[in-house]
Amino acid sequence: MSDITKEQIRQPENLVYTKTKLLTDKALSYCPGCGHGTAHRIVMEVIEELGAQDNTIGIAPVGCSVLAYEFMNIDMQQAAHGRAPAVATAVKRLLPDRYVFTYQGDGDLAAIGTAETIHACNRGENITIIFINNGIYGMTGGQMAPTTLPNMKASTCPYGRDVETMGNPLKMTELIAQLPGVHYVTRQAVHTPAGVRKTKKAIRKAFDLQKQEKGLTFVEIVSNCNSGWKMTPVQSNKWMEENMFPFYPLGDIKVDGQLIK
Amino acid sequence: MAKVKGDIVVDIEKCKGCEVCITACPNDVIAMTKSVNGKGYHYAESVNEECIGCANCAIVCPDGVITVYKVKL
Repeated sequence: MSDITKEQIRQPENLVYTKTKLLTDKALSYCPGCGHGTAHRIVMEVIEELGAQDNTIGIAPVGCSVLAYEFMNIDMQQAAHGRAPAVATAVKRLLPDRYVFTYQGDGDLAAIGTAETIHACNRGENITIIFINNGIYGMTGGQMAPTTLPNMKASTCPYGRDVETMGNPLKMTELIAQLPGVHYVTRQAVHTPAGVRKTKKAIRKAFDLQKQEKGLTFVEIVSNCNSGWKMTPVQSNKWMEENMFPFYPLGDIKVDGQLIK
Repeated sequence: MAKVKGDIVVDIEKCKGCEVCITACPNDVIAMTKSVNGKGYHYAESVNEECIGCANCAIVCPDGVITVYKVKL
C-alpha cells in the first residue's frame, strides 16, 4: 500500500489532469483566487475537446480580461469597450465556419456595451457570449457596476448601493433571454469543482449549438472579485454563495429557444 | 483502505496562494507552505498521503497550476 512512491505515481500514464495546452505558459494577470482564470481554462478545454484551436476566434473586451489574448492560445481580436458583440457579428458573418465567442465582464457587457449586446442578441447572431458577472468594476478599482447588489458596498457607494438614488441591479441574462434570437441562456458559477464541471458542460453545449446555427448562445458565469469586494478568495466565494446566488440564481434560463424560468 | 492513490504536482512559481484548492480537497491533503515563491506568495503543497487523485483541486485552481496523477492499486 504505502510502498508506492510519489515518483512512481508521477508517471505520464497516470496523468489525470493538467492545464490545457491551449492556455499559454504566461502567468495569468488576475488577482489570486479570481474566477477569470478558471473561466479561461474551461473555455480553452472546451475548444480543445472540439479540436477547434485553428477554427475559433475569440473577442476580448475591455476590463480585467482585456489581456485574454495573451493567455488564450487561439486567434483573438481586441474590441473597443463594450463592442465585442458587434465585432463578433462581423467576424461570424465574414467567416461563418469559425466558432466565434466573446468573453465579457459585467462592466463591459451590462454597462457600456448594453446596446451592442441587446441588438446582437435580438438579431440572433450565431455567436457565443460568455459573460463574467462579479457585480463590480474590478479593473478600475471596485466601483459600482450595473450588476452591483442592493446595499452592496463598492468604492463609489461606500455606504452600500441605495436603490432609491442609484437604481436597481440589472439582470442582463434574464433580460436577453426574452429576445427571440437567443437560443440558449444559462447562468453558472466556477467556485466549486461541481460548478466548474457544470459550467464546462454549458459552454460545450453553447459551442455545439453555435455549430448547428441555432442562434445566439449566452453563458453567464457568476464570479467573485475578492480584491474589489475586499475579502480573501475563500471568503469571497462564501459571500458569493450567500449573497449573489439568491439574486442571480444558477441554472438554465432558456433551453432550445423556450424560456424555462 | 483506499484502492487508488494519487499525487499532485504544483507549479510553484505560478501559484498565487489563493487557498481555493484547500477548501475543494475532500481529504485535506493540501496546505500552504511557510516559505514563499519568487512573487512572495505562499504556495500549495501536498502534506500527507491521503490524495485520491480526484482532481478537484486542479479543476478549481484559477491559475491551473496543479497537475494530478492517479494509480489504481
